[in-house]
Amino acid sequence: MRSQTISRLLTIFAFAYLAFLYVPVLLLPLFSFNDNIYVTFPLKGFTWKWYQSMAANQPLIDALLASLQVGFAVSVVSTVIGMLAAMGLTRYQFPGKGLITSTIMLPLVIPYIILGISLLSLARQVLNIDLSLWTIVAAHVLVCVPLSMLVLIARMEGFDKSLEEASLDLGESAWRTFWRVTFPLAIPGIVSSFLLCFSTSFDEFVLAFFLSGTESTLPIYMYSLLRFPAKVPGALALASCILLGSIIVIVFAEWYRRRGIQAQQEGLV
Amino acid sequence: MSDAMIAIQDVTKAFGPIRAVDEVSFEIGRGEFFSLLGPSGCGKTTLLRMLAGFEIPTAGEILIDGQPMSAVPPNQRPTNMVFQSYAIFPHLNVRDNIGYGLVRMKPSKAELNATVDRALALIKLSGYGDRMASQLSGGQRQRVALARALVCRPKVLLLDEPLGALDKKLREEMQLELRQIQREVGITFVFVTHDQEEALTMSDRIAVMSKGKVLQIDSAAALYEHPNCREVAEFIGTMNVFEGRLLGVQDGVARVDAGPAGELLAPVNGAADLAPGAAVSVAVRPEKLEIAASRPATGNAITGRRLAEAYLGDRSHYYVGADGLPKPIAAAAQNKQRALTSGSAGETVWVHWPVEAGVLLER
Repeated sequence: MRSQTISRLLTIFAFAYLAFLYVPVLLLPLFSFNDNIYVTFPLKGFTWKWYQSMAANQPLIDALLASLQVGFAVSVVSTVIGMLAAMGLTRYQFPGKGLITSTIMLPLVIPYIILGISLLSLARQVLNIDLSLWTIVAAHVLVCVPLSMLVLIARMEGFDKSLEEASLDLGESAWRTFWRVTFPLAIPGIVSSFLLCFSTSFDEFVLAFFLSGTESTLPIYMYSLLRFPAKVPGALALASCILLGSIIVIVFAEWYRRRGIQAQQEGLV
Repeated sequence: MSDAMIAIQDVTKAFGPIRAVDEVSFEIGRGEFFSLLGPSGCGKTTLLRMLAGFEIPTAGEILIDGQPMSAVPPNQRPTNMVFQSYAIFPHLNVRDNIGYGLVRMKPSKAELNATVDRALALIKLSGYGDRMASQLSGGQRQRVALARALVCRPKVLLLDEPLGALDKKLREEMQLELRQIQREVGITFVFVTHDQEEALTMSDRIAVMSKGKVLQIDSAAALYEHPNCREVAEFIGTMNVFEGRLLGVQDGVARVDAGPAGELLAPVNGAADLAPGAAVSVAVRPEKLEIAASRPATGNAITGRRLAEAYLGDRSHYYVGADGLPKPIAAAAQNKQRALTSGSAGETVWVHWPVEAGVLLER
């Protein structure tokens, strides 16, 4: 009897926890279809108009394009650097390896606000460069490289080093070996790294806020919307779209990751 | 220039303070099936990896077909390797794995297909071309790795314990198959193993290694019958070793005072410069021993008590304990003669062998 009570309490706890996590998020789409500029109950009526108005909202589209552009550039640059670092750290032994690894990992634990301030003063006071989307890209690369490196190191350690030796032994150069063996085998890691960097950059606010010039990214644009009550439902509609997009990306990434694990378990390694 | 395919000249490889390979020199002939045999950590794999170019000697030079190899990277050496893990590319099917090393030479599609088909036939895997590595058994992977290396027509094929991961029955089959393939293609094989039986079965010559040094290079029979030191004697098969001091040499036969084992005689082979009083051992293989109830008229004999007996089907092992000897004496006999050798434990017997069956070892 006692254990039954405990298991019932645990079930209630689990549902309460899930509600705590997801109900606030689910309120976004709910209110985005509400025909009222104020985010309050009771709901007034169903409408598509906040979604329709998004399509005509040029600043929103500019911010979205800016975010996509920044996210894409950050993913590519971070994944390339992360791949090189992962190859260096998994394939070679050299002095100072531990120190180098922790130096690359450091941005992960430095508060973004401090990174933001120091990068801003570096860009404006020291280097004297104008703020633009590219300064945001640079800041995001700094925090994404460690993420990319972690994902790729895990992948590179997952396959037999003698595969690359076998390729060299069979007459291929180091360059061709990379393209014929290392790269195809690292693809699951590269895709994960790309998605992780993209999503990190896409919703990052603090660094982008400090380092943006005249063009802003989506999080900054959304923050600016909240100052005008009339624009809040539009922001909710936009947030709902981003939510949907994120769910699609996460489901895809997880599916891809599991497929990789399955292939590994079938005895490829 | 000699007829050697591989010449290893004073090669040393040091990893920090550890000398994995320590001033090793020897030659391997054309078309030879040559094995590097030794316990793990003896330097055999390091030596093989230096032949492949994955490790660069700290000192010394390796010549392959007369060409110095120090400055030649692995992808430009006339060697191919079968890896211990097989290293079959998991993202390619069997066909693309076997053709991997040929693509570089840009053969026509028909040419490439024909070569791969021939290789598949050689390893008896025709019809498996479209399978992925994950769909192959251990033995099949091993053969794909072999074919992938052989289609590149290397001058030397390097094999790093390729049979280690297979079960006993499959291993014995593959030993015969490898030997047969080697005769067919006529390529020099350098085979690394820690399994003495495997090395004895397959090789033309074997180099026994220990702690970075080569102890002895000889044919299987010569290593077994005439080991040049105690380590080789004990690594290959079982050996009874009786330690003692040399009393004198007469007509090529050494007289040895072996303490508790008494005075023993053994033929002197090669190393004849021994002065009386030198520390030596007399060694003899278990199957050369006979067990008798009384002391025979000729040869060496040691008395002791019968201990355990191990029945192994085709043969039996007998153990006889003699006073003062650290280990029981091991004797082996075919079970054809079982009636002659069996008896009850504890009875006093004489273990004896003809003088020429023993080996004199320096210590």
